[in-house]
Amino acid sequence: MAYSKKVVEKFENTLNEPEKNSVGRWDPSDLDIGTGMVGAPACGDVMRLQIKCKPEKNSHVISDVKFKTYGCGSAIASSSELVDMLIGKTLEEAREIKNKDIANALDLPPIKIHCSVLAEDSIHKAIEDYESKL
Amino acid sequence: MQLPIYLDYASTTPADPRVVKKMKECLSLDGNFGNPASRSHAFGWKAEEATEEARQHVADLVNCDPREIVWTSGATESDNLAIKGAARFYKNKGNHIITSKIEHKAVLDSCRQLEREGFDVTYLDPDSNGIISPDLVKESITDKTILVSLMHINNEIGVVNDIKAIGEITREAGIIFHVDAAQSTGKLPIDLSELQVDLMSFSAHKTYGPKGIGAMYASRKPRVRLEAQIHGGGHERGMRSGTLATHQIVGMGEAFRIAKIDMDEDNERIENLRNKFWDAIKDMEEVYLNGDEISRAPGFLNVSFNYVEGESLIMALKDIAVSSGSACTSASLEPSYVLRALGLKDELAHSSIRFAIGRFTTEEEVEYTIDLVRDSVEKLRTLSPLWDMYKDGVDLDTIEWAEG
Repeated sequence: MAYSKKVVEKFENTLNEPEKNSVGRWDPSDLDIGTGMVGAPACGDVMRLQIKCKPEKNSHVISDVKFKTYGCGSAIASSSELVDMLIGKTLEEAREIKNKDIANALDLPPIKIHCSVLAEDSIHKAIEDYESKL
Repeated sequence: MQLPIYLDYASTTPADPRVVKKMKECLSLDGNFGNPASRSHAFGWKAEEATEEARQHVADLVNCDPREIVWTSGATESDNLAIKGAARFYKNKGNHIITSKIEHKAVLDSCRQLEREGFDVTYLDPDSNGIISPDLVKESITDKTILVSLMHINNEIGVVNDIKAIGEITREAGIIFHVDAAQSTGKLPIDLSELQVDLMSFSAHKTYGPKGIGAMYASRKPRVRLEAQIHGGGHERGMRSGTLATHQIVGMGEAFRIAKIDMDEDNERIENLRNKFWDAIKDMEEVYLNGDEISRAPGFLNVSFNYVEGESLIMALKDIAVSSGSACTSASLEPSYVLRALGLKDELAHSSIRFAIGRFTTEEEVEYTIDLVRDSVEKLRTLSPLWDMYKDGVDLDTIEWAEG
């Protein structure tokens, strides 16, 4: 299967410049960090998304994001794409991001839609974790 | 050195230039284009001469009588013809078939079809190195067993079965023994005058011949009988009808003639490259060789890079053509059934890459690949949450994963 140009670009950028592309991790016990880990090694993909949030106006805003992903090129590209979408958003806005948005942005073929679903799940888990600490 | 580098010789091989030259001579008006079945003119006689010479080359490589070679469209058809043809012919003798869990789909799906027709099939487990134990074959035989079908060289891991020992068991029990040898020609010597094998499948395109042509060996002494699967003009002694594809057959014959001559030299070189490759990566952390280290055909290197998913590694190995046991490269979401049958954990199966070295692989290409593999695995582990956990000393088996 040939990958879309967007997936290849996103994947290669992330691979070659991990720090610039938000690859990394924070201490999950920090109070301003929300961590969401989804997937399973046996299924071939695991995403760990971390959001750094600060209270602002009447909500909380995602000021920075870090992630690590084990998975196929589309899974890694999906995580990386998600990061771009999250920074600067309020938690309410972040919750509105749908897997379709990621799939469309990367031209994912039907067989790779589960990668974008996983990415969407990781946001919800991360927000849930952050809010549980408030 | 030219990019991309082809390291997928177990999937298919390029036709040798000598093969292409021969094939070209059998297509156009000024060439040998006749129908080998035409008895009434020189065009037919000349074409028949070419197909029979090719048949002799195939027979020479595996040391059998050319009359024991039947042309087919490839190893898949040979497997279908051998398995379904023998089972249906001998169905009054019994309805039990023995094969293994790590056969090619052409064998497994033929057996599944026979199950739908009322046959019972036993799918043997290989040992953790991928070898089918002859003793296990012996123990699995019942008074209903009519056919045993096992591969010579496994296409994913390159492990070699002891078909000599298994042939002794089946012959003594009066059971038909079919061997899928699609990967074998040119890699390992085959002597059918010694092996107690009744049916054997061959492919041209795994041995530097063209795609779309293969052959099946059907023993004459003792004589094995088959029910034809394709009916028509009664070609190939009724076993496989259809006009012989002269150019394809000539291509296969030339490929097998070259294989016989070049085999030893080719394999020594290929084996050196393969060992050089493995020696240069085996010191990496959490890297596992899949399949038996000793009973193995030249050129195969199936490796799992733990905590790195195979498809992402393939993508990182830009300009290197390899294949993976990861689910993501196939239409299904299951990782390689072969590696799973060896008892590999799913994540190790997802992390596997098959490098297959062949006739045209150069030392420079292998060196380039080694550097790229080491670099890419390191980069992908930087991206891998599982690698972090491993480094933190977390046992992944103790974690309850939220399945996505």
